[in-house]
Amino acid sequence: MNLNATAVVTGAARGIGLEIARKLISVGWTVAALDLLEDDLKKSAEELGESYKPYTVNITDSKQLAEVAVAIGNDLPAVKGIVNNAGVTRDALMMRMSEDQWNLVIDVNLTGTWKVTQAFMRSLIRAREGSIVSISSVVALVGAAGQTNYAASKAGLIGMSKSLNRELAGRGITVNVVAPGFIETEMTEKLSEEVRGNYLSRIPAARLGLPVEIAEAVAFLMSSSAKYITGIVLPVDGGLTT
Amino acid sequence: MSLENRIAEIIVSRLNVKPEEVTDSASLKDDLGADSLDMVDLMMDLEDTFNLKISDEEGNTLQTVGSVVSFLKTKGIEA
Repeated sequence: MNLNATAVVTGAARGIGLEIARKLISVGWTVAALDLLEDDLKKSAEELGESYKPYTVNITDSKQLAEVAVAIGNDLPAVKGIVNNAGVTRDALMMRMSEDQWNLVIDVNLTGTWKVTQAFMRSLIRAREGSIVSISSVVALVGAAGQTNYAASKAGLIGMSKSLNRELAGRGITVNVVAPGFIETEMTEKLSEEVRGNYLSRIPAARLGLPVEIAEAVAFLMSSSAKYITGIVLPVDGGLTT
Repeated sequence: MSLENRIAEIIVSRLNVKPEEVTDSASLKDDLGADSLDMVDLMMDLEDTFNLKISDEEGNTLQTVGSVVSFLKTKGIEA
């Protein structure tokens, strides 16, 4: 199956973003994979083949983004999907958090998402169809000590998406948020047994989630089965926030 | 192609209207059905096509097809 449509996926070189790219390609999307990590992009491109189009870009850099948007517009099928997945953490208790730590996380996770969405949304408006999915976090809903910056950025995505939904829903464009719980990634692999056990005790499903389980939710929200689902926050968290 | 025709072509394709509806006095919003998103899209299209910047204040004055034509003429665009 080939949808003859491009999904722009940020942070697509590895982790959850790579799984999202893999899943979207499997259901017929061409994926424009945006990431800072050039080597990981190359590796993933070798693995996923010609439907995975790597673009090395810093999403906080408007000029770079504009250039990439032109290149994608010229080279790939029409953009009808945007997945805002790129994100960083700079954890610290608020009393000790530097302004740099705050700013970086807000710049990448929130402002970067705004920039990417703005850079590509016109293509969806023209097509009068498409979907935008932003990856938030359960932390936006329940909070986490040491993550005031991250939680604020991820909660910001929710307000942004709900507002953008009111601008775009009349054009047949869906705007949704997926809020992953604790997912098996390189980040959670590094956790101590104690912290891991502490997480597990809070998850009704009694296990961490898999990246592919986030990808499945994203692909569903971007599918024709979900045309009437818009403006929602979908937790994929094993019941953590329920 | 004349400036009028180029503008009419953009309006027809953006607003999904018939060419004969695009008269000088036609209101973009009331007669041609443009909503706020269409208006922004149209302004951005005019900016790209004619390589100029349209401020929000200027954009707000563009209510009819004719006002778009005369606005572009004041910007020195003839065709």
